[in-house]
Amino acid sequence: MMPIRTLLANKARSFLTMLGVIIGVGAVIVIISVGAGAQSLILSQVKSLGTNIIGVLPGASNDNGPPATVMGIVITTLTYDDAMAIKKEIPNVVDVAAYSKGVATVSWQSNQYDTNLSGTTAGYMNVEGGEIDEGRFFTSEEEKNLSEVAVLGATVKDQLFGLSDPIGQKIKIKNHMFEVIGTMKKRGTVAFQDYDDQVFIPIMTMQKLIEGVNYIGMIRIKINNENNVQEAKDEITALLRERHNISDKSGASDDFTVRSSDQALSMITSITNALKYFLAAMAALSLIIGGIGIMNIMLISVRERTREIGLRKAVGAKTSNILNQFLIEAIAITALGGIIGIIVGVLISFLISVVAQSLGYSWDFIISLTSIILALAVSALVGLVFGLYPAYKASKLEPVEALRYE
Amino acid sequence: MPGLIQVNNLSKTYDSEGVKTTALSGVSFNIEKGEFVAIMGPSGSGKSTLMHILGLLDRASEGEYFFEGKNVVELSDDELAVLRNESIGFVFQAFNLLPRTTVLENVKLPLFYSKDKKDIDGRSRKVLESVGLGHRLNFFSNQISGGEKQRVAIARALVNEPSVIFADEPTGNLDSKSGIQVMEILQNLNDHGNTIILVTHETQTAEYSKRILRIMDGKIVNDERVERRRLAGDGDLLK
Repeated sequence: MMPIRTLLANKARSFLTMLGVIIGVGAVIVIISVGAGAQSLILSQVKSLGTNIIGVLPGASNDNGPPATVMGIVITTLTYDDAMAIKKEIPNVVDVAAYSKGVATVSWQSNQYDTNLSGTTAGYMNVEGGEIDEGRFFTSEEEKNLSEVAVLGATVKDQLFGLSDPIGQKIKIKNHMFEVIGTMKKRGTVAFQDYDDQVFIPIMTMQKLIEGVNYIGMIRIKINNENNVQEAKDEITALLRERHNISDKSGASDDFTVRSSDQALSMITSITNALKYFLAAMAALSLIIGGIGIMNIMLISVRERTREIGLRKAVGAKTSNILNQFLIEAIAITALGGIIGIIVGVLISFLISVVAQSLGYSWDFIISLTSIILALAVSALVGLVFGLYPAYKASKLEPVEALRYE
Repeated sequence: MPGLIQVNNLSKTYDSEGVKTTALSGVSFNIEKGEFVAIMGPSGSGKSTLMHILGLLDRASEGEYFFEGKNVVELSDDELAVLRNESIGFVFQAFNLLPRTTVLENVKLPLFYSKDKKDIDGRSRKVLESVGLGHRLNFFSNQISGGEKQRVAIARALVNEPSVIFADEPTGNLDSKSGIQVMEILQNLNDHGNTIILVTHETQTAEYSKRILRIMDGKIVNDERVERRRLAGDGDLLK
């Protein structure tokens, strides 16, 4: 009763003191909520690519870590022939897309544009989905006979051609003239990959004419049914070991990694979780700054109210009464700040989800109970910890000294 | 039957950065229930120090002090707080009311720290009415006059029915008319059996009491009955 009245009597100061806690708690709530929303968005996008995709990457990796190629290490063990062998020999395979990727400047007339160059197989459309806007994708003949043909992603088409019709035009990539045979419909960015900022060319053309290499970067295989994925993975692993002359069946000597999309899902989940909690922890740090603000104000308050403390002691307040009074004040101020922070955080999270949804993302508005309880508990703890010293100082004042204080 | 206050050879020295200052040296006296005593002396004489020790706000360096028969030296800080709450009322020169708080809430304050929490509101209203402030209950402490403030302070001192009231220069911040009103209330309380200990440097104010302890340089120099006592209630000399 008494402490709350003091807080109300000093409204402006109480609010400013609370601001640190409000911002800290609000930030924790928003970060956890936005993190969860972004996570669900990424996962749903990955799922939309199909859960019946198997990826093969060069280089070994353990189950939990990322493949070596992600770190930028070039491994040359995987070949185009491996991809073709998988397509030919593994049952239940719908199609196979092999990739050799790079970046290049493409130009048409006076327009230039830096983009991603994807050398791939004719199976791309079957494996990855996507729609042709105009023209056609290249055929398996063109894939093998070093045809200089290109299919443009929507962004590349816009950048190079604007409103002009690109079909049949010649574009220049690394001193080779490619005929544009098709354009892709806009697909957007899915799971960190921008589908529209790409030029697709036949993989052999990419290897021989552009890069001058004979290895490939990745194979993606579409399986006819989700239930056959595990079996196909085992068969692909066995096939590649045979082709690469690896007799060790433990996997320790493998020079490739076979992953299915459910593995990718769980990996993305663990990465985004780590990111989310790391950011939340950073935000929680700001609560400590808020706590120091509270300690500061409480110390000033103790000094200003020295005579009041003296009087309270004179009329019979014990040391513990004074300690409790100031401690309750500090906890009340942080808890109230915490509650306001939660409300503000939830509101901001909601606004972000509304904006994201209006921009066309399938964004979920997620507020976990854990984050609210965590935020409240941390802010009350901050009040307790940072209120303790000023309260102790107040309680130890000698009544005579306190009464004499001017 | 022990007296209310028994003091034997009481001394107080302050040690400030190695320099010793003696505020009280070897003070002895008794005060019985129902007395109205003025402790009088010039500033620096030690009268405030004496009042603080008698009021259990401070501890003596040496000597014995029995309050209501209890040896104060042996009591813990919390036990002293309970005694201050239940047996002692203070009236200070600067009123010491809580700011931004109503008159009624100010008077309730000692009862929040009391074991006896029944009818806090009723008891506080009653004692405020007895000092003539029944019409000021919900005024804030900064909205009333100085004389009224001191009457609130007296009500606060009275609310837990203490054995003794210490009044430290209670008229020091008041005009003479308000001062007389305050003294009248203290005399009335004494007439009804309350023990009053008044601290002042003015002879005129001290003459409202029945007994004057004169203090100088930390020693009691005179302890005498007041022969011609001033009465604040009717026809005062100051009027």
